[in-house]
Amino acid sequence: MKDDIILRVIAKLLMPFMLVFALYVQFHGDFGPGGGFQAGVIAAAAIVFYSIIFGLPAGQRLAPDRLVEIMLAVGVLLYASVGVAGIFLGGNYLDYFVLDADPVVGQLRGIFWVEAGVGLTVCGVMLKLFYMFAGRSRDAEEG
Amino acid sequence: MLLATLVVTVVAMAVQRNLFGVVVLFSIYSFLMATVLVALDAVDVAMTEAAVGAGVSTVLLLAALYLTGGTEAKPMRRSLVPLALAITVGGVLAYGMQGLPAFSDPQAPIHSHVAPRYLNEGPKETGVPNVVTAVLASYRGYDTLGETVVVFTAGVGVIALLRRRGKKKK
Repeated sequence: MKDDIILRVIAKLLMPFMLVFALYVQFHGDFGPGGGFQAGVIAAAAIVFYSIIFGLPAGQRLAPDRLVEIMLAVGVLLYASVGVAGIFLGGNYLDYFVLDADPVVGQLRGIFWVEAGVGLTVCGVMLKLFYMFAGRSRDAEEG
Repeated sequence: MLLATLVVTVVAMAVQRNLFGVVVLFSIYSFLMATVLVALDAVDVAMTEAAVGAGVSTVLLLAALYLTGGTEAKPMRRSLVPLALAITVGGVLAYGMQGLPAFSDPQAPIHSHVAPRYLNEGPKETGVPNVVTAVLASYRGYDTLGETVVVFTAGVGVIALLRRRGKKKK
């Protein structure tokens, strides 16, 4: 599909909007529908879309394999460390009230980081799955 | 109307032998499901359904199809026992549904347990107007942590399975 000019132009036009929409869903999840999971999937879908049109290597230049693997692990660690931070600040595991002097601000902060962790992991896993499957079909073509 | 379209899609999926067609129908089904969820005011779930069900999983299924080939093999023999089993289970489920509280009954157990507290206190305690986010990330933080770990494990599992094959080839 690399040679189709319409697809190429439309893809290039849509990419920034898709990525910004993913960020919007991530950070606006407190107020409207959405959250880390949805944002992660949308961001991953944007990159999958890009890789389908420009080819897998182009997609992997955009989000390198190594980065995706790191994201996948860092997300869970981030989530878990928010819980540990709660213990260090004198609360229970995953207790957000102690993250700030004002309990409501503490809650907001906790939810923000937790959602960021979920988003990172989900985006990483979705992309990794896609890279794995698409990479295998390319191997099959060659071999 | 929506539900009727859903039924038609499912029947078409069962009849269809071309797996490419099945994947497309599956994607249509997900979009219809997302519409149903919007109609039920569950926008968060609808968003997930549209993005995961209709978007990413369609691409993954197509990638898998590319590896396996596009037509379903003819069944070896007629599947009367599975059909009977499916009808029986469906009948039992339909029978069990009569015991459920009426649709959107405010007195139903799920609406009178912890839900009122979340709805009334949630915005004040967490400062988050979207109750779904408040419940997911704060009140049910442990569950969401577990969920994230499950997603992570799925990713790691796929990496472990597919990468080893790649090495063997080399």
